[in-house]
Amino acid sequence: MTFNGYGVWAIYRFEMARALRTIWQSIVTPVITTALYFVVFGGAIGSRMQEVGGVPYGAFIVPGLIMLSLFTQSIFNASFGIYFPKFTGTIYEILSAPVSSLEIVLAYVGAAATKSAVLGLIILATASFFVPLQILHPFWMMAFLILISVTFSLFGFIIGVWADGFEQLQMIPMLIVTPLTFLGGAFYSIDMLPEGWRTVTLFNPIVYLISGFRWAFYGQGDVSIGVSLTATLGFFALCLAIVMWMFKTGYRLKN
Amino acid sequence: MPAIAPVIAIEGLTKTYKSGHQALKRVDLNINKGEIFALLGPNGAGKTTLISIVCGIVTPTTGVITADGHDIQTDFRAARTKIGLVPQELTTDAFETVMATVTFSRGLFGKAPNPAFIEQLLKDLTLWDKRDAKLRTLSGGMKRRVMIAKALSHEPDILFLDEPSAGVDVELRRDMWVMVRRLRERGVTIILTTHYIEEAEEMADRVGVILKGELILVEEKTALMKKLGKKTLTLNLTEPLTAIPAELSDWGLTLKTDGGELEYSFDANADDTGVPSLIRRLETLNIGFKDLNTRQSSLEDIFVSLVHTNGTAA
Repeated sequence: MTFNGYGVWAIYRFEMARALRTIWQSIVTPVITTALYFVVFGGAIGSRMQEVGGVPYGAFIVPGLIMLSLFTQSIFNASFGIYFPKFTGTIYEILSAPVSSLEIVLAYVGAAATKSAVLGLIILATASFFVPLQILHPFWMMAFLILISVTFSLFGFIIGVWADGFEQLQMIPMLIVTPLTFLGGAFYSIDMLPEGWRTVTLFNPIVYLISGFRWAFYGQGDVSIGVSLTATLGFFALCLAIVMWMFKTGYRLKN
Repeated sequence: MPAIAPVIAIEGLTKTYKSGHQALKRVDLNINKGEIFALLGPNGAGKTTLISIVCGIVTPTTGVITADGHDIQTDFRAARTKIGLVPQELTTDAFETVMATVTFSRGLFGKAPNPAFIEQLLKDLTLWDKRDAKLRTLSGGMKRRVMIAKALSHEPDILFLDEPSAGVDVELRRDMWVMVRRLRERGVTIILTTHYIEEAEEMADRVGVILKGELILVEEKTALMKKLGKKTLTLNLTEPLTAIPAELSDWGLTLKTDGGELEYSFDANADDTGVPSLIRRLETLNIGFKDLNTRQSSLEDIFVSLVHTNGTAA
C-alpha cells in the first residue's frame, strides 16, 4: 500500500457528514449573513454610493463578501475538524492508523475546502438575486475560489493543531483575519484611500487575494493579477510548509 | 524460546517526555505470535506509554520496534495495518452512529468495505441491535464494546487492550475474556495491560511486570507462579495455643483465629521446605492438629511482593 485511499476517503466522508448533520450552521447561517450584507451595503447604503470603476457598488462588493466567507469558513471548518478529535481524544485513532501526514492533511483540508468552495458558490448564487453580476474570467474565478479555499483551510488546520482551547480557535479569525479582510478592500477599492494609507494597505496580504478575485469578475483589481496570483500561491506554499513541519516534528499532535 | 520470529520485537526502547519525565528507562521485549501477554504494573509505571509507542501515538526517544517484521517508523503503513488498539479512555464521536464509526475505522486502516464482516463483528459484540444508535446514547459498557469493534474492524493480527476492565461490569468482563480467547484461537496475538491481577492470571500466557519505566520481569505465567510462588501451610489445631512455643521459633509461624490456627509460609521450590521437620517437631511437642492445607500464593501476592522489594530498593 503506497496510498491509503480508503483512509483518506473515510476522513473526508466523516468531515462532510459532520457538515450535513449541522447543515443549518454550515450553510444556512453564512447565507443569511451574506444576504444581510447585500440588503444593508448593497441596497440601503449602496444606492447612495457611486459606481466603482463602472461597477455598481452592490455588485462591486460581491467578490469581497465571498472572500470574507471563504476565509472565515475555511478556517473554521478545518480548525474545528482537527481540533475536535484532539479535544475529545478520538485523535488516537488517526495517529495509530496507517495514514501518512500528507493523507491526513489531504482529507481534512480537502473536506474543509470543499465545504467553503461550495458555500462560496452558494453565496454567489444568492448575490445574483440582489445585484447584477458579471464574471469576465470564469476559469480564473473558480481557480481563485478553490485555491483560496484550500489555502485558508490549510491555515485553519494549522490553527486547529496549535490551539489549546476553544478561545484560541476563535482568536486568529476574529482578531486577525476579519480585520485584515475589512481593511483589505472587501468593501472598497484601495484607490479610494488617501495616498499614505494606500501604501500601508499594500502590506496587508488580504488585499492581493481580494484584488485577484475581483479581477476575475470585473477585469479590474487594486494590483495586477500576476501579483495577486503570486501572493496567493506564496501564502499557500507557506501554510503547506508549516503543516509539513508540524507533522514531521509531531508538534502538539504527538508526545 | 520458539525459533519463529517474534510478532513484536522491542529493542532498547526509551521514552523521555519533554517535561523531563522518563517514562520508559530501557525496555527490551519480544511478543510471540498467538500468545496473550499481560503487562502488569501500578498506575504511572509506563504501560500506556509502551503501548502508545508501539501503536504510533507517542514517538519513542530511542529504540527500534518491529511489528510482524515491519519497522513501526520506517514501514509504518505495513506495521499499523497489523495492529488494533483499544485505548483505556472511552473516546468516541458522540454524534456518530455505531455502524458509521466502525465502518469509518475500517476505512481509516485502509481496508475495502466489507459489510458482511462488520455485521458479524457487531453481532459478536452484541452491538448489532444498536447499530443505528448514536454513541452518546450508549452506556459505558456499550461504548467499550464499540471501541473493541473499532479496533477489530480492520481484522488486525495484533490486538492491544489497554486496561480493558477499567470501569467494566462483571458481565462485560467475562464476555471480553471469551472474546479474547476466541481471537487467540484465530491466531491473533493479544497484549493487554492491567492492574487487575486476576485478569492476567485468568487469561495470560506470559506476564511482564513493569515498574517505574523498567520491565523488571517477563515470565511464563505458570513458571512465574511456580518460581516465585510462596505456599502457605495452615494447621487447624486441636487445642488452641496462647503463644508460639520457643521450640518453634525457627519456622517464623503466626497464630491465627485466637490461637486455633498455625500458619507457616514457605518457598515451594526450596529443597528443604521445612514442612516435614515442622510436623515432626509438633509431634514431639505434642501439639495436635485436626486438619491441614497448603495454598499457592496468587499472582497478586507475587506482584505485591515484587513491587514492594523494587520500590524499597530504588
